[in-house]
Amino acid sequence: MSTETVSHAHDATSTSHSHEEHGHDHHHEESFLTKYVFTTDHKMIGKQFLITGIIWAIIGGLFSVLFRLQLGYPDSTFPILEDLFGKWAAGGRISNEFYYALVTMHGTILVFFVLTAGLSGTFANILIPLQIGARDMASGFLNMLSYWFFFLASVVMFASLFIQTGPASGGWTIYPPLSALGQASEGSKLGMDFWLISMALFIVSSLLGGLNYISTILNLRTKGMSMTRMPLTMWAIFFTAVLGVLSFPVLLSGAVLLLFDRNLGTSFYLSEIVVKGEILPNEGGSAILFQHLFWFLGHPEVYIILLPAMGMVSEILSVNSRKPIFGYLAMVGSLFAIAILAFLVWAHHMFVTGLNPFLGAFFVLLTLLIAVPSAIKVFNWLTTLWKGNIRFTPGMLFAIGFVSLFISGGLTGIFLGNSTLDIHLHDTYFVVAHFHIVMGVASFFGMFAGVYHWFPKMYGRYLNNTMAYIHFWVTLIGAYLIFWPMHYSGLAGMPRRYTDWSNWQSFNQFQGMNSFISTVAMIVFAVQLLFVFNFFYSIFKGRKVQSENPWGANTLEWTTPINPGHGNWPGDIPEVHRWPYDYGKDGRDFIPQTEPIGANESKH
Amino acid sequence: MIQAVSDQKKRMHPHKFTMWVAIGSILMMFAGMTSAYIVKRSQAGWMMIEIPGIFWFSTLAILLSSATVYLSLRSLKQREMKAYRRWLGITAIFGVLFLALQIAGFKEFAERDIRIVGAGSNASYSFLVAISGLHGLHVLGGVVALVVMAIMAVRSSTRNYNTVPLEVVATYWHFVDLLWIYLFIFFNWMK
Repeated sequence: MSTETVSHAHDATSTSHSHEEHGHDHHHEESFLTKYVFTTDHKMIGKQFLITGIIWAIIGGLFSVLFRLQLGYPDSTFPILEDLFGKWAAGGRISNEFYYALVTMHGTILVFFVLTAGLSGTFANILIPLQIGARDMASGFLNMLSYWFFFLASVVMFASLFIQTGPASGGWTIYPPLSALGQASEGSKLGMDFWLISMALFIVSSLLGGLNYISTILNLRTKGMSMTRMPLTMWAIFFTAVLGVLSFPVLLSGAVLLLFDRNLGTSFYLSEIVVKGEILPNEGGSAILFQHLFWFLGHPEVYIILLPAMGMVSEILSVNSRKPIFGYLAMVGSLFAIAILAFLVWAHHMFVTGLNPFLGAFFVLLTLLIAVPSAIKVFNWLTTLWKGNIRFTPGMLFAIGFVSLFISGGLTGIFLGNSTLDIHLHDTYFVVAHFHIVMGVASFFGMFAGVYHWFPKMYGRYLNNTMAYIHFWVTLIGAYLIFWPMHYSGLAGMPRRYTDWSNWQSFNQFQGMNSFISTVAMIVFAVQLLFVFNFFYSIFKGRKVQSENPWGANTLEWTTPINPGHGNWPGDIPEVHRWPYDYGKDGRDFIPQTEPIGANESKH
Repeated sequence: MIQAVSDQKKRMHPHKFTMWVAIGSILMMFAGMTSAYIVKRSQAGWMMIEIPGIFWFSTLAILLSSATVYLSLRSLKQREMKAYRRWLGITAIFGVLFLALQIAGFKEFAERDIRIVGAGSNASYSFLVAISGLHGLHVLGGVVALVVMAIMAVRSSTRNYNTVPLEVVATYWHFVDLLWIYLFIFFNWMK
């Protein structure tokens, strides 16, 4: 990379600035409350996000097991469900309202609380200051607020699970008029208000976090850390934060108008409607308007989830192949292209809502264009692996698994991006299979890769390898066994969102396949619990990390002590002299970023 | 090294930078709102908005408050603490005045028997109240920040000449001012 840009003025100032602010922080004693609860230390905040995310993932995953029980065994009864859920599972069968509540909350929890807050919240917090060489975030206080707004959002959403009429149940996209009218369904009553309040708090949390990530990355890089010397994780998290800061406010606008329609009798989204014989006074509203506002966030949200995983996977693949990342600038450029395109494709979620087909053609074109940067990334990941000296650590396995899932899930995106094919494929299991593989499971793999790779930095211990390998293989094989068959039934036209197909001649032929999927889903869920056990067990009993740099990596986080205090480096922040991917160069296994360029060093 | 020192003065404080990004984010929310307004306006059943005359006075109030917050910042830079606190207080009062005038403007609709929300309301007036209400909340946030700063300036026993917090608040205040000007022109233009 650019060896000539050594003396970046802003880098010099950022170090001196951080010194005066944080240089004295790690001397005074901290109480339990300031160290673990109301902490401003980015590492602890990251762990708070991670553990809250894990708890939500267990809840969200459990919900999917419950509705898979219904889908897989529609004729059986499970009396224990009635014991647990009362009227929601009368006679041991999941009621229709309960089923819709389960899928809605499964989507909401996994998309927002786990894969947005739990994934980018965790790794942005833990990695940004450590990898760019800063003592902490630009504002530790805002950062703390970001977590506590997330916590409040979690409390409200969790409380909504226990109200009498149940949580929101109109799907995670909460389309009006269903979501706007309490008369329309049980889940559109109080549960929907809780959902909206919780999401408003969540958006505030996500914005506070995003602001901090952006200004930290742009302002607090250590001396020598030019933008093009940042690890790809930083680039990915930077673009993620930009996407979030620009798209979440639009969802907030949409949600505010929905709150008006629900509680103040306005007609933003509601046109002439009759519910159960009652003629509503609303007139002239447009339900499509909500979809535009929702998907203007909703589509970038997909990349908010995916980009951090891409960044971490790039880093982990390079470290464990002992090779420089292939095409660093192409990787940055493709992240940038994806971030731009993310804002220009939202209407591909609305091809069949009555969108003008002429307008649809532009969205088809822009949607298919995303295949270009995506293919560049896949090509670069594969060429990074090519002839590498691969170490199959658990983190590396999950990173390779991510690439596999991204390819197989991404290809079906090309099908769905066509507005003509979408007439047949929309709202079928083909869509379910596509987004679960490419967004859900792939991002989870990126997250697992990150947890396995940076766990030693977080807790000074390793996760147990045997459990990790079981976790990886069962999850990878299981994910494909769950979602591959869904493409098949989806192509046959099997619709989503139905609780039972047994009376439907065209689709009850898939019953055996559905039972199979449900069984695999339960096994995969059990293995995730094994991971959770491994995680908490290893925090206390894991094998201790003996050296500062256990993976032989170049980036700055591995120059801190094994258990870094608040402020990260006990002495001065190290200066950076090179890009982070000097692996296998001039006969040396790796050259850390802190090592000055040698006199006879070759260019990379 | 000299280069580095001279650049240090020119560089923006991270908190100020964060405020600028936040402004971009808030702008996106209002961009979402006003685009929704434009889309809705092009559909059938749109009722023309009659902007209450009182909004001209609230616009004047918020314009003046931008000037006073500027004077407050200038006083702080010149370390005239008394003037600084006075202008800060006046700015907060102008902010409250703005909000009061806005609310009075919406009361006018009730007198004219125009429904803003509820049965028989038209989306045009609902938009007006939703958008200016959201803007009002942002002004209210600014007023809270100004009051907190004024209290700290009065109560603090040590003299603090750090201008960064006020610069951040002033930037925000100018922003909500300009945002209202934009919305006011927008509503008058796109009735």
